[in-house]
Amino acid sequence: MSAERAATDNTAAGLPGLWQGFSATLYRDCRLRFRRRSELANPLIFFALVVTLFPLGLSPDSTLLAEIAPGLLWVAALLAVLLSLDGLFRDDFDDGTLEQLLLAPQPAGVLVLAKIVAHWLTTGLPLALLSPLLAVMLALPGHSMGVLMLTLLVGSATLSLIGAIGAALTVGLRRGGVLLSLLILPLYAPVLIFGAGIVRLAVEGAVVTPWLALMGAMLALSLLAAPWAAGAALKLSLDG
Amino acid sequence: MWPIIHKLGSPKWFYTMSGRWLPFLWGIGAILITIGSLWGLAFAPADYQQGDSFRILYVHVPAAILAQSCFAMMALCSVIFLVWRIKLADMAAGAAAPFGAAMTFSALFSGAIWGVPTWGTWWVWDARLTSMLLLLFIYLGIMALRGAFASRDGGARAAAILTLVGVINLPIIKYSVVWWNTLHQGATFSLTEKPAMPASMWLPLLLMVIGFYLIFAAVTVARTRNEIIRRQPSARWVRALAQGERNGL
Repeated sequence: MSAERAATDNTAAGLPGLWQGFSATLYRDCRLRFRRRSELANPLIFFALVVTLFPLGLSPDSTLLAEIAPGLLWVAALLAVLLSLDGLFRDDFDDGTLEQLLLAPQPAGVLVLAKIVAHWLTTGLPLALLSPLLAVMLALPGHSMGVLMLTLLVGSATLSLIGAIGAALTVGLRRGGVLLSLLILPLYAPVLIFGAGIVRLAVEGAVVTPWLALMGAMLALSLLAAPWAAGAALKLSLDG
Repeated sequence: MWPIIHKLGSPKWFYTMSGRWLPFLWGIGAILITIGSLWGLAFAPADYQQGDSFRILYVHVPAAILAQSCFAMMALCSVIFLVWRIKLADMAAGAAAPFGAAMTFSALFSGAIWGVPTWGTWWVWDARLTSMLLLLFIYLGIMALRGAFASRDGGARAAAILTLVGVINLPIIKYSVVWWNTLHQGATFSLTEKPAMPASMWLPLLLMVIGFYLIFAAVTVARTRNEIIRRQPSARWVRALAQGERNGL
């Protein structure tokens, strides 16, 4: 309500509105991320490497691999997202952009949401697109590939949103990395349980739509709450 | 309304008043736990299926209830702190966190011991057990986050935000035995139904639960009082208090 009013007031005064603020931040973040191509590839390489370790460590037997593949792919993707989270606000915090962002007339939650969307576009989305390739290497049955991609698409967006709260809380700390995983991993557990569970059901040929709807509900809930919580956390990180 | 809240939120008023409640909280809590554990361990009838091993219930259930109540109380304090900036609420939330973590650990540990004679295993990845384990990790995360900040106010606000985010786990724990058909049994106490056990079994349990709540209140109040003194050692009333104690000796 007040956000809408603020937006119309801004437009009337010739200031950029809510949507302009959102799209400008999204565009800027995406452009920054695409300029550092090597960093862009890091989560993907990490994802592939972790998945490679398991056949080496457990056994190359394809029946065993097919059995553990849903959970394994999900855990590896989750860890890849977790590793990329520290960079979500770090650079902007270091060079002072974050302060300007929070001083902007648009509400912090909207701008934070733009940053999260940019993070998902460059982390979660490529992970989901890469996952069928690794799933084939783990001998996951072909008919469950679509469900695997779908759960990773929806789930990684939820992971980015929840992770943003942890990243915002720890961005002001000098050694926030380990703490970030301690804060965020317990909150990631439900997403992992549903994500990997749905893929297992799909392998068995069961109906997965109700469970997919529940994952969508988790995404909707975190979409509603996480940007604002992360915005509040960023404010306190800047205060000191 | 407002004068009452501000009076309640004043550390000095709280310190004076809680000094009078504290002996009662400790005393009644200790008496209830003594009676409850003697009654439960020695006099309550043995379970027809589980024999004497069911008696661990008298520690397990109060600890599990307290683990969740403590988190709910911390979440309430966090809201009060974030909205009205009442520092006392933050002190209470900080004081309660280690107790909650200890209770969560006790519930998990006593449950593991109980699992051996009844389920034949120390641990199963059951929904109730897993969500309690996650609750323990969330407690540890909140305490670590509070300690990681250089400024006390920053740590307090960060811990409050994380507590509110973590509160999502509470309904999951509560309903895990309903939503998933698990090894863990359903709730022991409910406000609407009669307990499934005879009175000679649940009465001592009730005493234990109330006793645990009183001890929880006593520990939290005592730790909050310490925190008040630690945060404002140079306030006039604190100095007067110290002066009075010195003269008293």
